[in-house]
Amino acid sequence: MERCVHRIEVHYTADPRLKTRTSRIRSLGFPIDGLHLIDVYTIAMQTRDFSGEELADIGTQLINPVVQKFLIDTPTRIPFDYAIEVGFLPGVTDNVGTTARQTIEDFFSLKFIEGEGVYTSQLFLVCGTLSSRELGKLASTLANPLVNRVHIRTRAEYGDKGMEAVVPVVHLHEMTSADIVDLDIDDTDLARMGKEGIYDSSTGLRRGPLALDLAQLHAIRDYFDAEMRWPTDIELESLAQTWSEHCKHTIFASAMDDDLPRGLYKTCIQDATNKIRAEKGDKDICVTVFTDNSGSIIFDDTWLVTHKVETHNSPSALDPFGGALTGIVGVNRDTIGFGLGAKPCINFYGYCVGDPDTDPALFRGRNKTNPILSPRQILEGVVRGVGVGGNCSGIPTPQGWCWFDERYGGKPLVFAGTVGVMPLEHAGRKLYEKAALPGDLIVVAGGRVGKDGIHGATFSSEALDPASPVTAVQIGDPITQKKLSDVIVKEARDQELYRSITDNGAGGISCSVAEMAKECNGCHVYLDKVPLKYHGMAPWEIWISESQERMTLAVPPEKLTALMNLMQSREVEATVIGKFTDSGKCVVEWHGNVVMDIALDFLHDGLPKKHLKTAYTKKTHPEPDSVCPDRLDLLLRSMLGRKNLCSKEFISIQYDHTVQGGHVLGPVQGAGRVQAAATLTKVVPGSKKGVGLSQGLFPSYAEIDPYRMAGAAIDTAIRGLIAIGVPLDTIAILDNFCWCSSDEPERLGQLKRAAQGCYDYAVAFGTPFISGKDSMYNDFSGFDADDNPVKISVPPTLLISSIGIHADVTKAVSMDAKIEGDLVYVIGDTTEELGGSEYFALLGGTGNTVPGLDAVMVKARYGRLTEAISHELVASAFPVSHGGLGTALAKVAIAGQRGMDITIPAAMRPDLYLFSESLGRFVVTVAPDHKREFERYCGTDARILGRVGGRNLRITSEKLLVDTPVAELENAYKAPFRGY
Amino acid sequence: MTLDARIAPRATGATQRSTLAMIGEKALILSGFGINSEMETQEALIRAGMEADIVHINDLIAGRNRLPDYRLLVFPGGFSYGDDTGAGNAYANRVRNNLWDDLLEFLDGDNLVLGICNGFQILANLGLVPSFDRRYAREIALMPNRIGRLECRYVSIKPAADNLWTRGIERLYCPVAHGEGNLSCSPEILLRLKRQKQIAFTYCREDLSPAYGEYPWNPNGSVEDIAGITSADGKVLGLMPHPERAMEFVNLYDWPLRKEEMRRNGVSLPTESMNMLLFRNAVEYFR
Repeated sequence: MERCVHRIEVHYTADPRLKTRTSRIRSLGFPIDGLHLIDVYTIAMQTRDFSGEELADIGTQLINPVVQKFLIDTPTRIPFDYAIEVGFLPGVTDNVGTTARQTIEDFFSLKFIEGEGVYTSQLFLVCGTLSSRELGKLASTLANPLVNRVHIRTRAEYGDKGMEAVVPVVHLHEMTSADIVDLDIDDTDLARMGKEGIYDSSTGLRRGPLALDLAQLHAIRDYFDAEMRWPTDIELESLAQTWSEHCKHTIFASAMDDDLPRGLYKTCIQDATNKIRAEKGDKDICVTVFTDNSGSIIFDDTWLVTHKVETHNSPSALDPFGGALTGIVGVNRDTIGFGLGAKPCINFYGYCVGDPDTDPALFRGRNKTNPILSPRQILEGVVRGVGVGGNCSGIPTPQGWCWFDERYGGKPLVFAGTVGVMPLEHAGRKLYEKAALPGDLIVVAGGRVGKDGIHGATFSSEALDPASPVTAVQIGDPITQKKLSDVIVKEARDQELYRSITDNGAGGISCSVAEMAKECNGCHVYLDKVPLKYHGMAPWEIWISESQERMTLAVPPEKLTALMNLMQSREVEATVIGKFTDSGKCVVEWHGNVVMDIALDFLHDGLPKKHLKTAYTKKTHPEPDSVCPDRLDLLLRSMLGRKNLCSKEFISIQYDHTVQGGHVLGPVQGAGRVQAAATLTKVVPGSKKGVGLSQGLFPSYAEIDPYRMAGAAIDTAIRGLIAIGVPLDTIAILDNFCWCSSDEPERLGQLKRAAQGCYDYAVAFGTPFISGKDSMYNDFSGFDADDNPVKISVPPTLLISSIGIHADVTKAVSMDAKIEGDLVYVIGDTTEELGGSEYFALLGGTGNTVPGLDAVMVKARYGRLTEAISHELVASAFPVSHGGLGTALAKVAIAGQRGMDITIPAAMRPDLYLFSESLGRFVVTVAPDHKREFERYCGTDARILGRVGGRNLRITSEKLLVDTPVAELENAYKAPFRGY
Repeated sequence: MTLDARIAPRATGATQRSTLAMIGEKALILSGFGINSEMETQEALIRAGMEADIVHINDLIAGRNRLPDYRLLVFPGGFSYGDDTGAGNAYANRVRNNLWDDLLEFLDGDNLVLGICNGFQILANLGLVPSFDRRYAREIALMPNRIGRLECRYVSIKPAADNLWTRGIERLYCPVAHGEGNLSCSPEILLRLKRQKQIAFTYCREDLSPAYGEYPWNPNGSVEDIAGITSADGKVLGLMPHPERAMEFVNLYDWPLRKEEMRRNGVSLPTESMNMLLFRNAVEYFR
């Protein structure tokens, strides 16, 4: 039967979205007079057609007739000048289309077959006069060419026919067998294969990066020499995935210089944790560290909590929305895949992007081809992506931050983290332990496999360049994952229907199955059983595809029927694709032919060891040349308005941070709604305890002193939690290194110093690392508008995330000044440490003195403050961080909507005193009747600065420095991102 | 001590049973397809004194659970079907296409139905509110928020009618977290809602004065500041804000400030928040 295609257009009778959408488009510089939005459903059928009446029924199912109307196969009568239709490219996830299809199937009790479907698009009807250049540019702000198709028509072209019905179906040339790859080629060709991929004789193209270097390719050649055969393409692709920097962290694993033969990870991260755990003895808080998909610590006697922070940088550079969305739902799976399945209970985000007020106009290709997205497009896309992921999954997202630096303009960093909660035991079974046994069936559950995300793991191990593959882009489907997560964590786990589980992330099933196969020493996969989104995929593509929303389970044969019945009743697709064995091999069959047969030992441990050499040259940076103005009012307002210090509340409020009912201290605090440094969330109903989260990140210190940068990040992550009342001995930390040009010895020298800082400060504080991740090539290589080559590298960036357990959340402390007359203290000393500070950046300099840290001293201080908080002696507490004491005081005042009268010591230049970023400090407010008792705990290093009161923030030294209404400070703090 | 030795004998969700006796009746809380607030809703009902089962909609359709075994049906918050084709619409279609007769029977009995956030959106699409004449036509719409995207913040709401749900409530203070909560209907329907006292809750300022449509007190642009409405017989309530997310004093946005004020005035801290009253009212109906 011919394909029958129908187009249903849905519009509001009075669209509530138009006002903000129109003004947004105008604010981007397009002089439009009006706008109409139309949701389009294109229905393509093969086995049957729908009658007019049936189509009307379908239309009714897709709208609310109170406020919406629909048209079937009829052009709109709404007046307009230009029509821009934005749909998806073939193969891109279309969640609304899937829901519409399910609704139609349910209504008519039928099932769509392959080739039938519902495809959604959005039609923007624009009124006004735009040049064709403006029109094209408007379309490009509405669509991303890597995932969207765009059709533009003027009113005349639209005529009385309307837009064409487009069915974006995937057509693949059949390439459904494994190829043999000849490795007996010279080193130049071998290196090219590693860099650009296997040559595909049928298309004449390279298949995309393997990211294997010559030494690795030689090791592979030697292995297959001994096997007396050449590898298949799937074997080579599989090795490339498993050995990728992304999966094996070769830089952290390699020997470094003469002093670190065991490499950075073992020496600086793992050893720190081992030493801390040994020293803590009975008080060790770790449950599982480094070995599982997340790290975990004890919550109480019956529960544990997990934490994991991932990055999704390269995909977010290409498609910010899809990249960030898959980033957050991906790290959710690291929670579901922890032990036998933890429940995701808190999401966490962090974005490093270029200044959104700039548009660097850079290109991946010559002749202004393949432009990169502007920082603003990237920011808005990633903000939306993480929001949709968390909101749709019912996971609160209270905690996060945003950092701006022009060096993130070529490639952004997108951090996504998830905390999970799980009982330690269920029915006598330890839920944090798992192991597949030989004979267990390999079951893949969740979404289907398409070409999306192919070469994600190897791609993120290479710097972004013109040849970056577009198949790396994928869009998540959070509802499919929500169904999968619910059935696993809330049902199948406690029914004991599987013995082991892991998520499918980088490398897809090639990595998840091979990883689980280590537990029993072998696997045998029937690749043709894997359910596909569309036919025509080659076996190697199926094996390494990173299509989202899939978990791999090891199911005992006697549990299979129960598991499959449960999955079916929850409408989660699950398929047996093979079995675990003890053969010592990873064997893959494709329609009866063995296409992969590699020893597990070689797959996991065969990659040649490297010995990295580092170099480090201490650079000297110019000190800014400035004098202190007489009054600092203007300066303080400028500081509060700096993008790295001001309010990004527009992000916090579009993320649901209250679902699951655990909100205690949220992303913004106080009547003045200021973004806090830490959040506190209850994750176990009925328990007094809560989970505190905070973080530290100081990329502006990196080029000056990477060792101290690590100290600043660790101290800040810890101090955020101390301020809300989380005791130090419950805190664990996570490391995320996002480096650049990691093939350069100088960059490795910075890395080494930062990692050594991690060891020293973590051990000094006694806070173990429980999980970590690194991303080593965050560089952009391309061209400017004049075809000059441009390379932009991110500054070496270390994120330390902290997690700690609050013993009694009713004693938690928020940041806002509360009551008139309360005393204002600063705890900790301030010295002239402004290298890399926000103040020096404001002055246009860098400086050389990055804050140092006496961890032993501040550790004692933190213990005393924890005591004071546990005795409920502190009314508010806020850690002094980026922007120094001046901005901290202002934020505490704004949050409380109360003035303060402050006197600072005269020993230092006042501007330097107020904006120095010395570590280890807090601003606290204390009720007058608690003064004596508070000082009994904290008096040694707490200094009274003044009192809460009035409407102004007044700061005096030898003379009056600042006297500004809190309302004006609030305006300075909130103005920069108004309109976002 | 090893970790093994430290694990308590039995790990369960520590649920606080009500100090009052549990009533004999049970609530059915629907789940599935992206509903996500079923656990905290269950917790709230149990604390209020009513046992509650979380039931996947497919189990209800397949007959593994039966609606007649329950007295209170709850459509909890969530993102059913990702809000695709309009918030609550696809889940409502699923109910209408598969459970309609059972639901009508339930509505004819002496039973209650509560829809929160996404649940309210589902009720509106099913026509269970305002349900003037039991013909269950769609009379209202919860449209996209005026600011054009999802927003999460604490709001104050106050009763606009005296009914079984609002009894004894002065103010609720709890989060909204929705992209489509902007209640819209024709002037005739609005008039009927007002005349028949079906507007249950309206958004207000902290001092209980009306929001007058002003953001952020009215967070979505809802007509007449409407936050929740009932069916004509009062037995079905649809509500946009989430009282189940702020059951405890420490869940309230401003609790740290209130705590300091209370301490200095010699007032002891409450454990529970005012938001529990809504669930207690529902349970009280069956007592």
